[in-house]
Amino acid sequence: MSNKVLAKGLAGALAASVALVPMMASAGDLVIESWRNDDIDIWNEKIIPAFNEVHPDINVSFKPTPPTEYNASVNAKLAGGTAGDLITCRPFDASLELYKQGNLAALDDLNGMDNFSDVAKSAWQTDDGSATFCLPMASVIHGFIYNKEAFEEVGIEIPKTSEDFYAALDKIKEDGNYIPMAMGTADQWEAATMGFQNIGPNHWDGEAGRKALIDGSAKFTDAPYIDTFKELATWANYLPDGFEAISYPDAQNLFSLGRAAVYPAGSWDISLFNNQADFEFGAFPPPAPAGAKTCYISDHTDIALGLNAKSKNAVEAKVFLEWMTGSEFATLYSNALPGFFSLSKHTVEVTDPVAGEFVSWRQDCESTIRNSYQILSRGTPNLENDLWNLSAQTINGTLTPEEAAKEAEAGLAKWYAPHQ
Amino acid sequence: MAHSGPMTDWRKAKLPVIAFLAPATIIYTVFMIYPLLDSIRLSFYATPSGGEAAFVGLDNYRTILADPDWSETFWNSFWNNMKFFAVHMLIQNPIGIALAGILSLPRLRFRNTYRTMMIMPTMLSVVIVGFIWQLILSPVWGVGADLLDIIGLKSLFGPWLGKEGSALITLSFISVWQWVGIPLMLIYAALLAIPDDLVDAAIVDGASHFEVFLHIKLPLVLPTVAMVSILTFVGNFNAFDLIYAVKGALAGPNFSTDIMGTLFYRTFFGYQLQLGNPHLGATVASLMFLIILAGVLFYLFAIQRRLARYQL
Repeated sequence: MSNKVLAKGLAGALAASVALVPMMASAGDLVIESWRNDDIDIWNEKIIPAFNEVHPDINVSFKPTPPTEYNASVNAKLAGGTAGDLITCRPFDASLELYKQGNLAALDDLNGMDNFSDVAKSAWQTDDGSATFCLPMASVIHGFIYNKEAFEEVGIEIPKTSEDFYAALDKIKEDGNYIPMAMGTADQWEAATMGFQNIGPNHWDGEAGRKALIDGSAKFTDAPYIDTFKELATWANYLPDGFEAISYPDAQNLFSLGRAAVYPAGSWDISLFNNQADFEFGAFPPPAPAGAKTCYISDHTDIALGLNAKSKNAVEAKVFLEWMTGSEFATLYSNALPGFFSLSKHTVEVTDPVAGEFVSWRQDCESTIRNSYQILSRGTPNLENDLWNLSAQTINGTLTPEEAAKEAEAGLAKWYAPHQ
Repeated sequence: MAHSGPMTDWRKAKLPVIAFLAPATIIYTVFMIYPLLDSIRLSFYATPSGGEAAFVGLDNYRTILADPDWSETFWNSFWNNMKFFAVHMLIQNPIGIALAGILSLPRLRFRNTYRTMMIMPTMLSVVIVGFIWQLILSPVWGVGADLLDIIGLKSLFGPWLGKEGSALITLSFISVWQWVGIPLMLIYAALLAIPDDLVDAAIVDGASHFEVFLHIKLPLVLPTVAMVSILTFVGNFNAFDLIYAVKGALAGPNFSTDIMGTLFYRTFFGYQLQLGNPHLGATVASLMFLIILAGVLFYLFAIQRRLARYQL
């Protein structure tokens, strides 16, 4: 019986806790819904005051929910009509569904929309590109963060090719003072996000491979994907003992305490390491195999801001969105949150050295996004969730790379016509 | 009808009876019966993308039970739930009974201290329990490996929470550790109700404390043990929180810790890129309800009626 209570109770608790928010805000006060609860100080102390210098008459409040609860809570709030005026958008289908349900307004009439490239906008557009419903804010880039002192001690250089990379990891392992690579598979998503999607683009040639999966001309059972899983399987040699039970925060701590040499990273990890690590660290892009002409990086469109279609303060909200398209916001955001890179075309000076390193790869390498995000995670079984499970199992050694590739393809073939 | 006397009494008593029953009935109806029925109703509908909810009969049940993807997940979570329940029945309840038996021994010193310590984990938040045990068992920072080292068994230590074969059992043990205080308390209370004369008479007849427990106390508290069992069953099949706190809604590795509560959460609310489906979620919830109902009915008709009760 209490399963119902759980459902109703959760929904009720959400409704009750959020019903208060809009009531407290008077007309003309903008409320921003977000999952970035880590960023609350940055919004309150930097971004909103900067906006109020230009528009002192518009009050803005930033009301985040924990990331794991955000989708469920914002959907419930939108359905119940109690959501804030500005809704932080997840990329692709989660937001597309909100737009289709009429919960998000189209934003094509914003003047500043031209400041964003088509790739940046593609994560928040209808499939035919006819309407854009969220204003792109930032992307995150994958790569490897390394401990400079450890590299010096062991006597290795930044690896240029994947052969160098694994030779370096072998050397660190032999040396024995450092864990070669800090990651675990307990939370599953690191294996897929920081593993599979990080090293994969070099195997499947970035955007070309991603689009081929969508139109069905490439399959997960093709060589590039099996190779990605194979490379991933070798990581088990370099991870700490008992990595099966090591969680994401464990891995972060192992690296920031200086016990590991390399950390498969998302650029969002930079601020944490800036605060906690007392050694110098740098970053390098996922090394491509020797002889590869181009390098590819996962430069994932991650976060955007949309307008609640039922907002009573739509005029003020649009003023805010318009301000966000400007270069002031782009600079402010990229520097207040090192590791989140503005998606606008404005030239932004990134002052953080490691974040600057990450963003510099955009010049030499081709950018792509995670291949499971657009269209391919629409059905059941869900491809993204499948990849979490399969990548973790590949590293754990409970699935061979071939089996993992076969299962990913089988899952997709169940519901996606181009793969049937 | 012939008994006009009691009828008049009943008429007189009607108003107070209604008045006393009303609060419970209203609260129970609004917060339990209505949500239950409404969630069963929800399971007969489906919403196509961008459309209105439409009645689809038993389609959702067919999907969950017959579609290979869903049925595999569903039965996997069902069997995991059975294992979770089996560990509680075979470990938690016997330990609870044994501890209650020891606590009720005459002339036991520090009785209240023991009792408090044993009930303590029950009062902790599941999130804290999950966090503490994750730390204890962590291969990086955990004291688990060091403790085993002291008794020379370090080679046995492994990343138990991360291995497909051991994750569910480990989580079951954590849950047992947390909840063992409940059977302990209930059975301890039942043991205290046994008159001392019975125990004294047996001891005069030459029975040891263990024999007294086995032949006199245990049969007398069997109805309580049965009640504890059914509470364990209902509690375990509704479990969700510990698994979610430790392994998340994807209940890894490879869904080896997925129980029906986490399956329900994932289906109803969605997870990461998987969008929630309230109708399929309600179907999972209704199936959980039917399974629990079947278990409780089995208990009522097959077990409870056969239990011998003694007037003490």
